[in-house]
Amino acid sequence: MLNNVYIIGAGETKFGELWDKSLRNLAVEAGLKAIENAGIYSRDIDAIYGANGLAGTINEQENIGALIADFSGLSMEGIPALRVEASTASGAAAVREAYLSIKSGEYDLVVVGGVEKMTDIHGSGILEKMSSILDREWEAFFGATPAAMAALIARKYMNDFNVEKEALSMFSVNDHLNASKNPDAQYRNKLTVEQAMDSIPVADPLNMMDCSPVSDGAAAIVLASENFVKKNKKEGVKILSSAVAEDYLSVGSRESIYTLKSTRLAAEKAFKKAGIKRDDISFMEVHDSFSIYGLLELEDLGFAEKGKAKNLVYDDIKLNGRLPVNPSGGLKAKGDPYGAVGIGQVVDAYKQLMEKAGERQIKDARYALLHNMAGTGASSVVHILGE
Amino acid sequence: MTELSRIWRETEYRYNLIGFKCNNCGESYFPPRDICPHCHRESIGKMEKVKFSGNGEILSYTTVHDAPPAFKRQVPYLLALVKLDEGPVITAQIVDCDPDDVNIGRKVHMAFRKIREDGTNGVIEYGYKFKLD
Repeated sequence: MLNNVYIIGAGETKFGELWDKSLRNLAVEAGLKAIENAGIYSRDIDAIYGANGLAGTINEQENIGALIADFSGLSMEGIPALRVEASTASGAAAVREAYLSIKSGEYDLVVVGGVEKMTDIHGSGILEKMSSILDREWEAFFGATPAAMAALIARKYMNDFNVEKEALSMFSVNDHLNASKNPDAQYRNKLTVEQAMDSIPVADPLNMMDCSPVSDGAAAIVLASENFVKKNKKEGVKILSSAVAEDYLSVGSRESIYTLKSTRLAAEKAFKKAGIKRDDISFMEVHDSFSIYGLLELEDLGFAEKGKAKNLVYDDIKLNGRLPVNPSGGLKAKGDPYGAVGIGQVVDAYKQLMEKAGERQIKDARYALLHNMAGTGASSVVHILGE
Repeated sequence: MTELSRIWRETEYRYNLIGFKCNNCGESYFPPRDICPHCHRESIGKMEKVKFSGNGEILSYTTVHDAPPAFKRQVPYLLALVKLDEGPVITAQIVDCDPDDVNIGRKVHMAFRKIREDGTNGVIEYGYKFKLD
């Protein structure tokens, strides 16, 4: 039995340092926006999947599924609500679980929400928590941070392929330019390449403008079966394919430190299942928590040969370029609330494909590729949307 | 505060750079792992502890300027991926050197050092770092 899955509604909070909003405030706000956007009622919802990366360590709150359902006012209905955790790829992982639940025929209408409340911890303490996306005992224990691991990858990559720092900075410049047109983005300031290159060092060769910020935020979407869409005369965007793949947890264990094998495998599967070619993709959202990953992802998603992404970052990836990348502003400028990122990507792609992206609308956008990654590349989730 | 047992159970590996070798395919691993990712079930019962020489070379390196509280006093510090002569690539600090002397390909050897302090009253944790040859 084939049961196509459609996105019929989407909503998100602003991403940023949202001091007046709690973990639950954010989750509920995004969820309600998505439900309202979809024009559905709580009685129609078969299940809720909540994505979250680090609430247990940051906010000392587990039981996220129940929390979301309860404060969305759904505790009386007994609707199943589970949390999906896949580190920084929790968002897309939850989308995939929800997709599978409809694909299987079990459910017709599922709400998927992602939330992260990261500014509840003061100062450098958050870096300790964020480092739990690495191998705690054998990377973070010895002084590694997410930025340091990205920097180790960047140094070797730049050395082996003769890539200048400017190519990395261009990725951030593009993110900021796009985010300037996105009202939900954390940073809406435009960035010059000089500003990007001269920002303070974090883990060289990466500096502050190569690194995504610490963010609060939530995003939610409503997924529906083809039956539900037809019966209720809904409009939506089809999920053409969903794929996930894994690699070693630690960077040092991998076959090549600058090859995101999980991304490569997930992309291959996603394209095969979607039945479209790379040339068909109208735009992409990629997981550029650090600028270096943006370049590696262009390569490992199959849009450039290894070491050649530098040829795409000056023109092709622009909003009006051959292959627009991160029209939302990406992780660098839209923001990086871990568990919300992958769903925020869907929210933005949904707007693009419904031609409701306003100032940043890509003309004739038909197919979107979304890439959400865990840790330094341990897991990658790829979705292709369209039609 | 980390419980002492969490640190203690890894000391053998962290103090002596002991990893595992798969006696089915001969591949060596660090950090320690119970199953060989190449041989899968064929490696069950054939993973044997092995002490590495501590010699290797720098595969990549970075100077860390932004660190968690336990490493604040060490900032800026050099972190590297070190490829051991026996094969495994491990994440560790490079110490006792002028940062300008550090390069990709530079030969290094292991040194036993203090890694971090768990707050002002917690345990002091030790393990491997690397020095330039």
